[in-house]
Amino acid sequence: MEVLKIATAGSVDDGKSTLIGRLLYDTRSIAQDRLEAIDSASQRKGLGFMDLSLLTDGLIAEREQGITIDVAHIYFSTPTRKYIIADTPGHVEYTRNMITGASNAAVSIVLVDARNGVVEQTRRHLYIAYLLQMKEVIVSINKMDLVDFEQEAYERIRQEVSQLAIQLKMEKVTLHFIPMAAKDGDNVVTPSDRMPWYNGPTLLDVLESLEPRKGKGELPTRFPVQYVVRPQQDAYHDFRGYAGKISSGKWSVGDEVVVLPSLKSAAIGAIYKGETVVSSAFAGESVTLTLTEDVDVSRGNMLVKKGECPFPQTNQITARIAWLDESSMQEGKTFLLQHGAQTIKVKVLSIQEILDIQTFLPAPDKKSFKLNDIGTIQLKSAKPFFPDAYDVNPANGAFILIDEYSNNTVAVGFVGKV
Amino acid sequence: MNQTRIFPRALEEEAIYILREVAAQFERPALLFSGGKDSITLVHLARKAFFPASIPFPLLHVDTGHNFKETIDFRDWLVDQTGARLIVRYVQDSIDQGKAKEETGKFASRNMLQTVTLLDAIEEFKFDACIGGARRDEEKARAKERIFSVRDEFGGWDSKRQRPELFDMLNGRIHVGENVRVFPISNWTELDVWNYIREENLALPSLYFSHERNIIERDGFYWPHSSFLQTTPDEIPFQATVRFRTVGDMTCTAAVLSHADNVDDIISEILEATISERGARMDDKRSEAAMEKRKQVGYF
Repeated sequence: MEVLKIATAGSVDDGKSTLIGRLLYDTRSIAQDRLEAIDSASQRKGLGFMDLSLLTDGLIAEREQGITIDVAHIYFSTPTRKYIIADTPGHVEYTRNMITGASNAAVSIVLVDARNGVVEQTRRHLYIAYLLQMKEVIVSINKMDLVDFEQEAYERIRQEVSQLAIQLKMEKVTLHFIPMAAKDGDNVVTPSDRMPWYNGPTLLDVLESLEPRKGKGELPTRFPVQYVVRPQQDAYHDFRGYAGKISSGKWSVGDEVVVLPSLKSAAIGAIYKGETVVSSAFAGESVTLTLTEDVDVSRGNMLVKKGECPFPQTNQITARIAWLDESSMQEGKTFLLQHGAQTIKVKVLSIQEILDIQTFLPAPDKKSFKLNDIGTIQLKSAKPFFPDAYDVNPANGAFILIDEYSNNTVAVGFVGKV
Repeated sequence: MNQTRIFPRALEEEAIYILREVAAQFERPALLFSGGKDSITLVHLARKAFFPASIPFPLLHVDTGHNFKETIDFRDWLVDQTGARLIVRYVQDSIDQGKAKEETGKFASRNMLQTVTLLDAIEEFKFDACIGGARRDEEKARAKERIFSVRDEFGGWDSKRQRPELFDMLNGRIHVGENVRVFPISNWTELDVWNYIREENLALPSLYFSHERNIIERDGFYWPHSSFLQTTPDEIPFQATVRFRTVGDMTCTAAVLSHADNVDDIISEILEATISERGARMDDKRSEAAMEKRKQVGYF
């Protein structure tokens, strides 16, 4: 069975948690005791209905303030596949959590309040979907009950969002628009009979029809060496295995391998999946490889396929970054960059631009990154590392920056020109 | 669909990746082993991750003294089978040292006291990473937990200061004295674990399968009768056919009436169940935020 990861995003009070609650409720994914707990909590709050948002707003502070602060993970399954929802906060100061949730998702659901239309957060969420190169974005136009289920409200928002998508150059993204009243379940799992003018699919229909693997095409083989397996037992005395998760491409026994950065070559002797020996393995699989030649390989090295030139190897990149930390960042700062299984020291050579979060155009007066800023920088590394451009091969094109003193993850980066 | 292979394999790939990251990024990791199905699953994943080498970190069992005998027998058998190194530390020792105070009364449990013993063990062995079998679907504070969860010197978890986890990149850098809790099966549900157990033919303690047992009924739940459980005169033990959905202490794990004596029947039972897995755990029922409050003071 395959897994589809979804990220949800919306402004405060767009009804995101309610929508997820509804999705779980209508797919019968909530156990009876949890439903009863929610029902009694709703009554305690004096609500006349079962408040399904109480399912996911799990932290004390969230229940106090009635908003979602952190990323919550929610699970449900249909006969088609298992779904993992990363429910992320809508409030601007928690945008970093939204990026976090979205980075692990194949599809994003953006909520828009039918009464308010496109707001700053909608722009931001769409921009993040674009930044992460998500292929599918579902725009849920919610609270249609509060605009009398009028088609004009839906069409107006649909136009606005489509315009915005053109402005953000989101040509590669498929947008799906669905009018909803999540509180009552209209067009979440069951088609609404209150919007006869809408003949399109429900939210669950759209999710079930997605094919996240489609269109990935043939990508070059990338294998960051995570761990060297060296058993001390007699039975495997000379065994040296290179463990890792294949980022992209495919390995078969006998394939010719080039080790980066040493450029030494060898062939694949065996591929282990646990105790089982297999003849080939694909992107996403955690395997252990053995090589026919005794070459020096350690954690952080990258194995690529001979002939798949050019090999990714650089010590200077341009990258788009999202700044995720409370501290600010100026030119000249040094960080640790983590990419694949490698952590290396880098210096920010220059800040090329920082975007205005309203317009997504460069803001010439901004010289330093602050929490939730997005922009472009140039980095130089102390040692070579092995990224592809994010546009070409996302699985090998993203990195994080770590502050050497606080140890915090302060930025996520998307490699531009290598 | 092929009914025999329904476990989402992407979850196994992810868990193995996480376990290897732990072995590579930390100097002294340990796997927290409770004898429950989730930690048994972790041990199996760790064997796969490092094969043909043995598991490169010890198993740490925090023994409350209120265990089911079946759990301890199984633990010792598994250690023997895998050649893993086992470290046991006892809640009773923490009580004897005056560091932990036994709860009293009808709902007395040593669940909270485990934290004291765990933090002492972390300090004693200087563990910098503790791998646990917690899953995000178990409870709503856990739903917000990271894969690498940084804890301060007192084991504390601060939900507002969690590190963002982007893509599959895990940042395990910590200051001296801090440690990281690692949750490789975060994204698995109870059903995923059972499907995995079935497809991988994992052995489990007999407690998970239906058996005859002396129980008492309290607040609609069935509790195993034992010398650890304080009962009132009207709570009269009786024999019933039961099994356990989770295996914790004898004082805080309720049984369910069940005739499911094999994994297939258990899976069918879960699919039909109307009570969630932790619904039978008294430790979560103390208040709506019981789990979050325990995590703030160093619980798993």
